[in-house]
Amino acid sequence: MFILDIVSSLLLFAGVFFGLSGAVGLFKFPDFFTRVHAASVTDSIAVLLIIGGLLLQTSFDLNTAKLLFIGLFLLMTGPTASHALAKSARHGGLLTLAETKAEQKEKAN
Amino acid sequence: MAVLIDLVLLAMLALTALRVIFLKDLFTVVMLFSIYSFLSAAIFVSLDAVDVAFTEAAVGAGISTVLMLATLAMTGRTEKESEHSSLLPLIVVFVTGAALVYGTLDMPPFGAPDNPIHEHVAPRYIEESPKEVGLPNMVTSVLASYRGFDTLGETVVVFAAMIGVITLLGVRRIGRQEEAETTGFIAHEVLRTVAKLVIPLIVLFALYVQFHGDFGPGGGFQAGVIAAAAIILYALVFGLSPALQVVAPKFLMLLAPFGVLLYASVGVYSMLQGGNFLDYNQLAADPIAGQHYGIIIIELGVGITVFAVMLSIFYAFASQVEGANIK
Repeated sequence: MFILDIVSSLLLFAGVFFGLSGAVGLFKFPDFFTRVHAASVTDSIAVLLIIGGLLLQTSFDLNTAKLLFIGLFLLMTGPTASHALAKSARHGGLLTLAETKAEQKEKAN
Repeated sequence: MAVLIDLVLLAMLALTALRVIFLKDLFTVVMLFSIYSFLSAAIFVSLDAVDVAFTEAAVGAGISTVLMLATLAMTGRTEKESEHSSLLPLIVVFVTGAALVYGTLDMPPFGAPDNPIHEHVAPRYIEESPKEVGLPNMVTSVLASYRGFDTLGETVVVFAAMIGVITLLGVRRIGRQEEAETTGFIAHEVLRTVAKLVIPLIVLFALYVQFHGDFGPGGGFQAGVIAAAAIILYALVFGLSPALQVVAPKFLMLLAPFGVLLYASVGVYSMLQGGNFLDYNQLAADPIAGQHYGIIIIELGVGITVFAVMLSIFYAFASQVEGANIK
């Protein structure tokens, strides 16, 4: 039981760390695509770790099943949302930071 | 710890509201409204009001955001500069606010345990509803049985909203074949695949919320909104025309009044059985069984109406946007 608690809190702390780093990245990163990348960290690995940590706190009852379903649903929808967001931006003609810089260089030359 | 969480959530709520006031970009405002609803849902959860939180998350953060985005697609995303002086509105707001604050002076002190609401109605529900209605979820007992007449009124209000939108906008006809190719996310293979996986799950969850409302958080309002969200997701990803063929607007126009009538007919039936309007005790020989039948049927009526109304309003907005885009 004691080991389970330790593993569970490790997972939860790791999840919180990734969630926070995603939030920091969202504010600090320079352009749209890197920000989407940072935001997608919160709804993929952070969610996975937090739900993993919570799963170890349950005693394999209905709550376990519910948590598993929530995890599965978030794992399907989170990355899809990030992907759709980035792809729509790309289709809309948004350039990455490197591409914008290359274009500016070309213009300067 | 709980107080700290409440305070942080409330502070975030206030910040979001202040940000909404000062922004001119309406697209951001709609997103902030959605965040605002999610924050209030979180506060409701921390106050142990899970049913309200569920409704707030489904209606406030879900459907209203979609409807407001659809409106923005028609009206444009920046707020117009006001040309009038803001002095008169300011005075009106101040006077109204002062009157409201003055009005609250007569109200019982906030949160005091000897307030009238904590002495009469609430203890009555908590003590008697397990014997009289016998549902584990007391919120459903109050909403559907004790306050059944109020809930009928709410369902009629939702129905009236649909009549208003359909009268003003109507669902614009869209050509079947050619235009069907132009809408939806054809290039988004991942989005389409995941939507195919998720839509049946959303419908299943809506049915669970509908019929599990007696035992856990949920009920007709939430279930109707979630089911409508499934079809809206389908319309957004695969295009409006296929969605109009799956659930036709005409069918919705039948479905919405059907839900209200189903609800009201339970009331009329109980009157014919010799009871009062919406007196579920008359529905079966055993009063408790009668209560259960009544609640399941009226929740179904609420769910059907809410589903039909939400989807019709979305169709009305989306078909206008679509028609404008094709031209």
